[in-house]
Amino acid sequence: MPRRRTLRKVVAPPGFKGYKPYGVGRESHEFIELFYEEYEAIKLADYDLMNHAEASRLMGVSRPTFARIYESARRKIAKAMVETKEIKTIYGNIWMDKSWYICDDCLTRFTIPKTIKKHECPMCASNNFQSLKS
Amino acid sequence: MKTAITSSGDELTAQFDKRFGRSAWFCLYDEKNGATTFHKNAYADAPHGAGTMVAEKLAELNVQKIISGDFGHKAKEQLDKLNIQMVIVQDDNYTVQDIINKLNKDPGKKKGRYTWAL
Repeated sequence: MPRRRTLRKVVAPPGFKGYKPYGVGRESHEFIELFYEEYEAIKLADYDLMNHAEASRLMGVSRPTFARIYESARRKIAKAMVETKEIKTIYGNIWMDKSWYICDDCLTRFTIPKTIKKHECPMCASNNFQSLKS
Repeated sequence: MKTAITSSGDELTAQFDKRFGRSAWFCLYDEKNGATTFHKNAYADAPHGAGTMVAEKLAELNVQKIISGDFGHKAKEQLDKLNIQMVIVQDDNYTVQDIINKLNKDPGKKKGRYTWAL
C-alpha cells in the first residue's frame, strides 16, 4: 500500500469551476482535472511571486513536493492549452481550514457544527475520523 | 432530524448531484420516519449567490445536515453560521437511494479505534 499523502493546505479555493477554450472548431467534452493544490501552487509561485521554499512552508509540504505539485500544474495547463481541452478544478488532497474532518473508513469529508453532540462520521457512523489539520 | 441530499432529479433513483448551490433538486430525508420529499432548486440558474440563497432556504426548511459533492466558499461560511453540518461525498455513481441506504446502515457495527482529536 503506498504511503498516504500529506494533505496540502490551501488558503482559498479557486474562484472558478474551470476554464473553457473558445473559438475552437468543434466543441470537445474532454477536460483536464486541475487539483486545488495545483491551482494554489501556481498562485503562490507565479502570482504571489514566492519562492518554492516559502510556498512549500505555506502549503505544509516539503519543497520537493511543492515542486512536483507545481510542475504537474504547469503540465496540465500546457496540455489543456495545446490540446484545447477544458480545465476543471477538483478538490484534490487538501485541507482548507481546521473545521473539516475526514473519515478514515469511508473517506467522507464533513464538518461538525457546535449544535451536534454525537461525534461520529455522518455516513458510516464510524468513530475513526480525524481533523484535516496536520 | 432532516437531511438534504443534492439530487439531479425528483425521484429516489435520480443521480446524486455533486454541486450544492446549482443542483437541480434537493431530496429532504427525515431520519425519524424515513419520509422523503423533493424540492426544486429555484436558484439553480441564478446569476450569482446560489449557494448562500440555497443555504438560507434549507435552513428555513429545518435541515440540519447536507450531503453534497462540493460546497463553495460563501456557502460554507453561511452554513457554518447556521450550524448546519456539511458532508462531502466524492463518489460519482451514487443515486439518492444509495446515499439514504448508507445513512441507514446499522450504527451498531462500529469498527476501528477512536481517533478523533481536537
